[in-house]
Amino acid sequence: MSTDTDTEARRQGRIVVVGASLAGLRAAETLRDQGFTGSLTMIGDEPYEPYDRPPLSKQALLGRARPEDTALPRRRDVDAAWRLGVAAEGLDRDARQVRLANGDTVSYDRLLIATGTRARPWIHPEEAALDGVFVLRTRDDSACLHRKLTSGVSRVLVIGAGFTGSEVASACRELGLEVTVAERGPAPLVGALGGVIGAAADRLQRSKGVDLRCGVSVTALEGDYGGRLRRAHLSDGTAIDAEVAVISLGAVRNTEWLAGSGVAAGPRGVACDAGCRVFDVNGIVTDDIYAAGDVARSPHPLFDYQFLSLEHWGNAVEQAEIAAHNMICAGTKRIPHLWVPMFWSSQFGINIKSVGVPPLGDQLVVTQGSLTEERFVAVYGYRGRVIAAATFDGAKWLGFYQEQIAAGAPFPPEYRTVDRRTETLQPVDPDFPDPHLPTHGPTVTLSGHSPSERRVQFVPSRA
Amino acid sequence: MRLVVDLNRCQGFAQCVFLAPDVFALHGEEALLFSPRFDEEQRDRVEKAAAACPVQAILVDYSDEPTRGVTGGVEPHVD
Ligand SMILES: Cc1cc2nc3c(=O)[nH]c(=O)nc-3n(C[C@H](O)[C@H](O)[C@H](O)COP(=O)(O)OP(=O)(O)OC[C@H]3O[C@@H](n4cnc5c(N)ncnc54)[C@H](O)[C@@H]3O)c2cc1C
Ligand code: SF4
Repeated sequence: MSTDTDTEARRQGRIVVVGASLAGLRAAETLRDQGFTGSLTMIGDEPYEPYDRPPLSKQALLGRARPEDTALPRRRDVDAAWRLGVAAEGLDRDARQVRLANGDTVSYDRLLIATGTRARPWIHPEEAALDGVFVLRTRDDSACLHRKLTSGVSRVLVIGAGFTGSEVASACRELGLEVTVAERGPAPLVGALGGVIGAAADRLQRSKGVDLRCGVSVTALEGDYGGRLRRAHLSDGTAIDAEVAVISLGAVRNTEWLAGSGVAAGPRGVACDAGCRVFDVNGIVTDDIYAAGDVARSPHPLFDYQFLSLEHWGNAVEQAEIAAHNMICAGTKRIPHLWVPMFWSSQFGINIKSVGVPPLGDQLVVTQGSLTEERFVAVYGYRGRVIAAATFDGAKWLGFYQEQIAAGAPFPPEYRTVDRRTETLQPVDPDFPDPHLPTHGPTVTLSGHSPSERRVQFVPSRA
Repeated sequence: MRLVVDLNRCQGFAQCVFLAPDVFALHGEEALLFSPRFDEEQRDRVEKAAAACPVQAILVDYSDEPTRGVTGGVEPHVD
């Protein structure tokens, strides 16, 4: 078949997208934009049209936007059949069918897996069921939590000081609530940005009145006779009276529905190649199944072909567009997902941003501002090149570092333009926790080995 | 009307805040908060803001196509 007729054929047929959120929607729009004229089905287990999650821990908790008003804007018509409020329960690759929870089956010629992640639940189910114990991932979670926070509670306990937990703590302080944050690691944000930046986040939280307890775990949540949360017990032997606990222990990838299907899906995500094509369990690439967004993990050429899972808004958009493009293109027209990872968070009035992969960093230098001023640019190096940058209220610098990362610029940087006061540029260890120890949800997970190491192994979903 | 800002792109220049203060606000020095849904009467202002954003980070609805063919109890999208 010539490339042209192949492409023509690919523009028709049936495409099914499982996961009707950010990645799913943007993929659908891209498919139509690029001339896909076949049938398109969007399957989502939430009973809502695609909505935006970042506001759920920011504007929505502050009462500046309602969680039900976060539906995503549409770039164009997608002319899809929507199956919302029903989960996909199985995948039959031989029959090319997705099985739904209501017993229906949906046939595809090409499938996009965009089932994202869900909040990691509290370890003890009976304690998780107490009135006052929350997670935060969905519109409904945000609405319930906001209602609770504005119903006259006195103290909130946030378990886990990753980005979501820190944003919740920030919103609580802004609402005038007392808040305790319990973090197992040595500082907030340590999994994502390392201990040096974590120490700056630590000072920031304390200066805004957060009762921050690092290096401790919550061992038990205690309820009263009415089943309402009243107290939490910590590993250091102390206890905290709180009516609300927000479990912010990171995310779990929604891959269970793929069990037994023969695709390389497990707790670390769905493995796909740089073109978003999903691998089967033998490491052979499928050509009809693609993955994008939080659920995907793929080798990144800029980062030594390590498999990266990126739980970032920007990644979901970019990877969805690339997956969609490749789904309807002939081989030579396909493009790799080369996006330089990027994310933002706003907390305690500070805009925190990052570009690249900080957790790969083996050195760090502050190139602008200072860590104590809560306004700085920190640059991460990896084996002598620039691998990432993180800023507190320094967004305008990130574009520059993005280019440095993409160009593999040498580290430490020798910029005559950098605004150092007295110190010279002195690289330090960024102080990431041991990657083998669990942390409270970094947003970039290095989730595999380089294929060149011949160590790729399939991890079944129970592992 | 639905709205989203690509906050990876946004650099907190705040042009949008001046043009549509009911929809965009700065929180601190450069963190932007926006209302993901706005009323028709704000439309002109929001469109001006989207056009003025120096990094083109503001995405406003280009389609009000209904979310058709839905199974389950979905709230229809209404403006
Ligand atoms: C509170 C919060 C704050 C955030 N803040 C930021 C931020 O500041 N910056 C940033 O960069 N990122 C942020 N993120 C992350 C960002 O929202 C995600 O990266 C993004 O939502 C990923 O989109 P996705 O479409 O890949 O996955 P998801 O949004 O997780 O969507 C997956 C969808 O698939 C559905 N699904 C799952 N299993 C099935 C099944 N078997 N059948 C059918 N449907 C299924 C899910 O219910 C969900 O609707 C935040 C996330 C949260 C929760
Ligand atoms: S005008 Fe654009 S860059 Fe400036 S604050 Fe608004 S969205 Fe951000």
